[in-house]
Amino acid sequence: MQAAETLTGAAIPLSKPTGKTYRIEIKRQASPDAEPHWDKFDLPQRTGMNVISAMMEIAGNPVTTDGRATTPIAYDANCLEEVCGSCAMRINGKARMACSALIDKVQENGVVRVEPLSKMPVIRDLSVDRSVLFENLKRVQAWVPLDGSYDLGSGPRITPQQQEEAYPLSRCISCTICMEVCPQFNEETNFVGAATIAQAKLFNEHPTGKVLKTERLHALMGDGGIHECGFSGNCVTACPKMLPLTRAISEVSRDVMIQAAKDIFTR
Amino acid sequence: MAAVPRIIVVGGGLAGLSSVIKIAEAGGKVDLFSIVPVKRSHSVCAQGGINAAKNLKGEGDTTAAHFDDTIYGGDFLANQTPVKNMCDAAPAIIDLLDRMGVPFNRTPEGLLDFRRFGGTLYHRTAFAGATTGQQLLYALDEQVRRYESEGKVTKYEGWEFLSSVLDGQGVCRGICAMNLRDMSVRTFDADAIILATGGNGAIFGKSTNSVVCTGSAQSAIYQQGAYYANGEFIQVHPTCIPGEDKLRLMSESARGEGGRVWVPRKLNDPRDPVSIPEADRWYFLEEWYPKYGNLVPRDVATRAIHKVVYEHELGIDGQPMVYLDLTHIDAATLNRKLEGILEIYEKFVGDDPRKVPMKIFPGMHYTMGGLWVDFNQMTNIPGIFAAGEAEYNYHGANRLGANSLLSCIYGGFQAGPNALRYAKSLPAAASNGHGESERKRQEEINAGLLSSSGTENPFRLWRELGETMTKNVTVIRYNKALAETDEKIVELLERFRNINLSDKSAWANTSFAFTRQLYNMLQLGRVVTQGAKLRDESRGAHYKPDFPDRDDERFLKTTKATFAPDADEPVFSWEAVDTQYITPRPRRYDAVK
Repeated sequence: MQAAETLTGAAIPLSKPTGKTYRIEIKRQASPDAEPHWDKFDLPQRTGMNVISAMMEIAGNPVTTDGRATTPIAYDANCLEEVCGSCAMRINGKARMACSALIDKVQENGVVRVEPLSKMPVIRDLSVDRSVLFENLKRVQAWVPLDGSYDLGSGPRITPQQQEEAYPLSRCISCTICMEVCPQFNEETNFVGAATIAQAKLFNEHPTGKVLKTERLHALMGDGGIHECGFSGNCVTACPKMLPLTRAISEVSRDVMIQAAKDIFTR
Repeated sequence: MAAVPRIIVVGGGLAGLSSVIKIAEAGGKVDLFSIVPVKRSHSVCAQGGINAAKNLKGEGDTTAAHFDDTIYGGDFLANQTPVKNMCDAAPAIIDLLDRMGVPFNRTPEGLLDFRRFGGTLYHRTAFAGATTGQQLLYALDEQVRRYESEGKVTKYEGWEFLSSVLDGQGVCRGICAMNLRDMSVRTFDADAIILATGGNGAIFGKSTNSVVCTGSAQSAIYQQGAYYANGEFIQVHPTCIPGEDKLRLMSESARGEGGRVWVPRKLNDPRDPVSIPEADRWYFLEEWYPKYGNLVPRDVATRAIHKVVYEHELGIDGQPMVYLDLTHIDAATLNRKLEGILEIYEKFVGDDPRKVPMKIFPGMHYTMGGLWVDFNQMTNIPGIFAAGEAEYNYHGANRLGANSLLSCIYGGFQAGPNALRYAKSLPAAASNGHGESERKRQEEINAGLLSSSGTENPFRLWRELGETMTKNVTVIRYNKALAETDEKIVELLERFRNINLSDKSAWANTSFAFTRQLYNMLQLGRVVTQGAKLRDESRGAHYKPDFPDRDDERFLKTTKATFAPDADEPVFSWEAVDTQYITPRPRRYDAVK
């Protein structure tokens, strides 16, 4: 440790070089219509490195393994602690968040292959357009319809048990990994995907939010609705925040069926 | 002015979304600009909770006590009128968030639960697990999405604010922004704008902040004539996890729920920490601050850790780290109240904090200073308002934990209606050529950067800036080192002219956008550094061993920096602090205040 007099501010604890290098291979494309290609980089491995720190290192010295000068990688990232939902990509074949992908855990024989999500339009390199999810959230009116933001007193009483049911659903980070891994999420089905259904469930259970329950269930009936779910269960396995997605889907499915039956009899 | 005032809000975190909600509700039209989709804003990272003196624990807590704790915690540098108003408004803000559906933790009766936080002896912090910022951001995001679907809000996500558009009288008439996909530059008209663009952690290289927290927008309007206040006040959070890409926060709520900070009494104790007996552990915060214990304010805890690792040389593994220990608390309680942060430690460090003490250290976390605003949240440029971490109003020389979410929402709730009121009384601009000339000015900057064929890599310049700032302008400050830091930034600004963009394309060019931000970081870095050098005292987070005491006679003043374009550097002036409610007194956490 450095002596006190030589140290003025806060030093950051050092990670350690492992003495190893690893190869990162990145699927790139300059624009939505450009042909993709792969760039390879050899980087020194330090303890605790993640895929994002590899991108940062490349930005500081964008030279490929074969000595070719290239450009920094375009990618989406913000919080880097797996809560903003930005940096979803495919890493060694698995859809996951790049910030929590530690190099020594994800590398296979010293190689890390990184590709953009395959079901969202590529903007550039690893950066994709996931606005479809935010549109879906409008479709199911994923909000509590407040009377206003002025002071109307306290909210409804909620038991700890209700809170413990709602909270996990409310931790969805909109990363779209559940849609990426879903066999039914494609242009043919127009399926809304698990994340949207889970949010419908969250607000249907809220004492005030449930006033829009019928509308939400109707929104999940037509084209691309909940009936498109094929129960592969991929979503719940891949979700980085471990949302109870399949349970939410089966419960909302049941509600949709009951609603459909009601609709027939009240026509 | 148009029949319906048009307001631009820049930034989609808690402060920005709060102001959008108020404007849309009052019938205004809002254009909301954000670099990232607003749901991915940095507010999402806030963990521990939000303060309000609801007094639901039978402790006799009051908004007056909250006010006093906040002013005292900020070492009397905050203007008292806005802080008092914020603390008075806090209980109703919690009620509103509750109505919006935020899944706050509950008591058995179904009421809101509250936890302890630093700098207070009351249970005053409402929380949703340890992801309170995420839950609050989502609740506001949902309300704004509702207004968006009703056509009252237009979102411009993936646009970066470059500058404000000022007319010949220096009145703001809109903004100039860059589309981060096709890199086109456009101006947008507005009757008033609100900057809610967060803190400036990136100036310090690695911090707990998100990638977008560069302070670039604040710096841009500082360079256009806005005052930047108390820039030298930076919060170094005592409990962070080091990382290659960033520092990750380990929430104060860990200590609020009973977490204890300690080091082995013997240097390099080879034993497994869980097997070290109590007698061989030094709980230095509890020893030095018996009343507040582990819940002293962050500046106090950070300096204590600094002292233990550098003066007592008891850092773990010979690194400037100490233990934050939760292992004495049962796993079910930890999961119910702290799961979000335990998960972060597990995923990024690989150890289970339910079973082993966490290794933590102090890291750059929060920007107390920011754009100078009046008590209506307006900067000195007419028509430019600011809210949230981007402005300086609420935290003085040190922010108390769980007051940031409150100040963001409260500030946004003030800025929105005030901007609308201002816009309604704004006379039409005499001419409208100002947008066009501002756009040309920004396009010239872009063309200059893209045609520059120098040798300097912007990311490496940034690394040098961050290392120097972290070393010299965080926990402990010496004037000599501050002078060297300013010289270093001048050198970096010089080298910036010799920049080389390896990517000169006009499509989703993230390194180009970053390079523009870097220039603004360098300019703002000088404000932080020079402000620190000029303040020869110690107050809150600003600590100079050569001037260890607070000096109210000389420095009970707000620092105001303004940019001198010809000299290309800040010029400083000082303004009296509003202390009309609470007379400044010595700030000591080793005794009852």
